[in-house]
Amino acid sequence: MSASLPLTTKRIAFAAITLSAALVAAGCTSNEPATTPAASTQQPAGNAASSNDAPGKKVVIGFSGPAADHGWLAAINNSALEEAKKHSDVELKAAEGTNDASLQISQIETFINDKVDAIVLLPTDGAALTEVATKAMQAGIPVINVDREFSSPFAARSTILGDNYGMGVSAGTYACQVVKDKNLTNPVIAEIAGIDALPLTQDRSKGFADALKACNQTVDNRVAAEFTVESGEKQASNLLQAAPKIDVLWNHDDDQGVGVMAALDQANRHEMAFIGGAGSANAMRWIQEGKMAATVIYPPTQAADGIKLARLIAQGKGLSDLVQVEVPKRIVLNAPVVTKDNVEQYLPLGFES
Amino acid sequence: MSADVTKAEPPSGDPGTDRTGAVDPVAQQGPPVGGMPSRQGGLAGFLSGPLGRNAGLVVALVLLIIVGIITAGDRFASPENALTILRLGSVIGVVSVGMTFVICGGGIDLSVGAIVALSSVWATTVATQTLAADFHWIVMVFAALAVGGVCGLVNGVLIAYGRIAPFIATLAMLAAARGLAEIIAKRRTQIIRDRDFINFFGGSVLGIPVLVILFAIVAVVGWVLLNRTTFGRRTLAIGGNPEAARLAGIRVQRQTMYLYILLGVACGIAAVMIMARTTTGTSTHGTLYELDAIAAVVIGGTLLSGGRGTVVGTVLGVLIFTTLTNVFTLNNLDTSTQAVAKGAIIVAAVLLQQRVSRTRST
Repeated sequence: MSASLPLTTKRIAFAAITLSAALVAAGCTSNEPATTPAASTQQPAGNAASSNDAPGKKVVIGFSGPAADHGWLAAINNSALEEAKKHSDVELKAAEGTNDASLQISQIETFINDKVDAIVLLPTDGAALTEVATKAMQAGIPVINVDREFSSPFAARSTILGDNYGMGVSAGTYACQVVKDKNLTNPVIAEIAGIDALPLTQDRSKGFADALKACNQTVDNRVAAEFTVESGEKQASNLLQAAPKIDVLWNHDDDQGVGVMAALDQANRHEMAFIGGAGSANAMRWIQEGKMAATVIYPPTQAADGIKLARLIAQGKGLSDLVQVEVPKRIVLNAPVVTKDNVEQYLPLGFES
Repeated sequence: MSADVTKAEPPSGDPGTDRTGAVDPVAQQGPPVGGMPSRQGGLAGFLSGPLGRNAGLVVALVLLIIVGIITAGDRFASPENALTILRLGSVIGVVSVGMTFVICGGGIDLSVGAIVALSSVWATTVATQTLAADFHWIVMVFAALAVGGVCGLVNGVLIAYGRIAPFIATLAMLAAARGLAEIIAKRRTQIIRDRDFINFFGGSVLGIPVLVILFAIVAVVGWVLLNRTTFGRRTLAIGGNPEAARLAGIRVQRQTMYLYILLGVACGIAAVMIMARTTTGTSTHGTLYELDAIAAVVIGGTLLSGGRGTVVGTVLGVLIFTTLTNVFTLNNLDTSTQAVAKGAIIVAAVLLQQRVSRTRST
């Protein structure tokens, strides 16, 4: 796995990555490498192969994630399973996806009893799974925490996260670019968020608002959907009535984006620069067709990366492109913007919703 | 004219005592408010009757509209926005009209959202869509209606002949139907390729969206069925007092089964509508429809314990909820505020309804 995480000391690297969420520019550069490993799962050419890929000691990895009731989560699971298959030295024990925290806890307990070599865990709820993850760590099993963070630093050997705040920042920065390019004096900027109660939605919205501040803009109209096609259509229909003219529209999630697009089509409203989120194959096809301006990627390959990290940790290896001999403690993935110019490059990563 | 809020009082029943009286015992004797013509007044009676009986709801809706006009002005008061509200209310509206029958008949159905999801998924599988492409998109419509009807049949048989409590039987259907939908769709969103289907249901006739016309047809058919047919009388009879209904010669079990089939078919229609609206079929469609539909029905003035119900009230209930969301969105209020206001307005609407009822009955 390549990386150009700040090559100073390990500690500074951690600090830099942690702070990257708050530092827009830093966030973009320091996270840069993270997309490349994501690309590596399907575009071998993207990353240089290293001796790390050579089969090593046989390792058993336990994997548990939420129920795949959403395109992005399905992609998370599928890419993790595929990644495991690529390595002859990995035996994957995948637990059935669930949205029930207590069931997931018992899955992890089973992994501990089975004495697996590493656990890759995308918790239904980070806080709820912290204790059992800590138990696994105490039992000597390294835990790789994916996407939703535990509430204790002792619960994971390594953490790999998508950057929700950075996603908002990327969308907002792109929106500013649109405003500047079109020379709009008083643009109407609208936002269709996901489930408002989730921290990830709040992070995305905060990032969006912060990035808009940079070009003295604010969100004029905001609605929140529920990550479903139906809610996307409903919220978008009302939003279109609320704002007779929209210049920039950011929709947090490409799954609900199918519904948003249906509403735009129904109302025949395509005047705005429509920005998506997550990076589904649908969204990328819309970008090719010109129906969508851009989408911000929230990598669905995090769990696949988690599998790779778990393998390296269990085999006692480090990341090949880092000087440091151990796998980093924390990796935050980049949230790049896909536009017409680079959509071909990202299309293979797009997941079917 | 027989009341819209029909009182199919079983022989033994005493209107004043056998219901709690909490929600409007006025139905049959209430003189219309505001000097409206009395109920036997032909066309005028037809119009004023249902509205008079649902005065609380009408007032709530009018207040909501006034708030909308004041706060959002032209954006709210445009014909376009009115059609948007109707279009958004049409899917849940169709389900709610069906739900009115089941609740009138003394039952409840928690599985409506799941049935909508399963119908939409079944009607948009590759197999169904291929068949539709070879033949006609009507195949998709039939698939949705058939799946909805069969689910309703299963509910009905379990409840009427299996003697399982409606709450439990439909709870089981909720879980099973949504699970089956997820299995069939593999938790993916199935996109409808047939543009003719989308164009037909997404289009308009004389400026009115087809979805709204469908909703109107379902509401009118529902009203006639409940108030003007033996089917409706039987429904109210078994809901009011099943034992008395049985003694009166009504086949209670069969009638109960019919009600669930009716609601199942309504869910199938709703599935077609949501497929047209979102251009997809997926297992996440119809989430929490059961609660939205029950809320609309109960706010409308249908007795949750059965025996009395009103389609007009249900339609008003649906419109109040949909308008509410619209007004909130136009004013850019966040979802948490919306939720609080929604709760407050539910209570306010019911209290208002009760007050109007009491004044009229005393």
